[in-house]
Amino acid sequence: MLLTIGMLGILSLIFGLLLGYTSVRFKVEGNPIIEQINSHLPQMQCGKCSYIGCHPYAEAIANNEVAINQCLPGGESTMLALARFLDREPIPLEAPEEVVPTKLLAIIDETACIGCTKCIQACPVDAILGAPKWMHTVIAQECTGCELCVIVCPVDCIKMAPVPATLSRWKWPHPSQI
Amino acid sequence: MTEYLFILIGTILTNNFVLVKFLGLCPFISVSTRFETAMGMGLATTFVLTLSAVLSYLTDEYLLVPLQLEFLRTMTFILVIAVVVQFTEMVVHKTSPILYQALGIFLPLIATNCIVLGVALLNVQEQHNFMESAIYGFGAAVGFWLVLVLFAAVRERVALADVPLVFKGAPITLITAGIMSMAFMGFAGLIKV
Repeated sequence: MLLTIGMLGILSLIFGLLLGYTSVRFKVEGNPIIEQINSHLPQMQCGKCSYIGCHPYAEAIANNEVAINQCLPGGESTMLALARFLDREPIPLEAPEEVVPTKLLAIIDETACIGCTKCIQACPVDAILGAPKWMHTVIAQECTGCELCVIVCPVDCIKMAPVPATLSRWKWPHPSQI
Repeated sequence: MTEYLFILIGTILTNNFVLVKFLGLCPFISVSTRFETAMGMGLATTFVLTLSAVLSYLTDEYLLVPLQLEFLRTMTFILVIAVVVQFTEMVVHKTSPILYQALGIFLPLIATNCIVLGVALLNVQEQHNFMESAIYGFGAAVGFWLVLVLFAAVRERVALADVPLVFKGAPITLITAGIMSMAFMGFAGLIKV
């Protein structure tokens, strides 16, 4: 029992002295600001800031290479702490934009339509009905929402409107959105 | 000489620590996303693993066995490994900033790599002598390095491949690891140890 405690104690003491001596002998004079910036970061080493870890990101901030709002795990509190510490303006976080594709439907403002037939020629699925000099309209069941007709309209009377889900149209969400 | 070669081939291919003994899977999965980081991690592991295998052998042979304190092996080895890692980090930081740039982030990760402790304990279990311990540690590290680099290269390809949506991310990574493990099982008949 005593031998065990003594052996582990002495071994730890030797190692501790060794490490203590090493840390003094091999002391690295670094930029103290980098260490202080690093202490504000969450140390998750996640790489979301596009640097390989928190310390490289801290170095980049210290060298003014990158904005202070790149740390997603740290969130707003880290950004505010960095802004206060570095005396910089707080910037909102850069959250990745979620693009959710929704089904759109072209709608022709029939009072403004001049009957030029340009949208009829542009439509790849023949979903627009009309004749020269006569008002056009969209066949809602055929429209795929491709938006090709929007740019060709000379009087800008085509709008894209989202289609609300109905019982017949509702689908299971795409796996990537779960 | 032949038995050293057998140990080397055994640890690198037939009894690869990652794919056959399933040790050190966390760095295997987490550090293998990019080829360069895999190289850095492999290099750092090789250095630390060889050193800690030798040091833990010496601790066991000249401290624990004479004092009949073999039951303290795990604890002492963990102490030795932690000190080796910390010591290496400090010395490298001072002496070679370029090497520290490349390895710095991985050195603390190695302290928790279970291959390091696994090699130290297996050295005792298989009653290796000094030279065998060193080669066993070195071979284990080279095997880890080889597998990590191969896996990182595969993952860089998989990242560009058209993977079915439900398999994207972690699932395809684990499937790839499983297939690689099966491929390494093919080395099992290479030598009889």
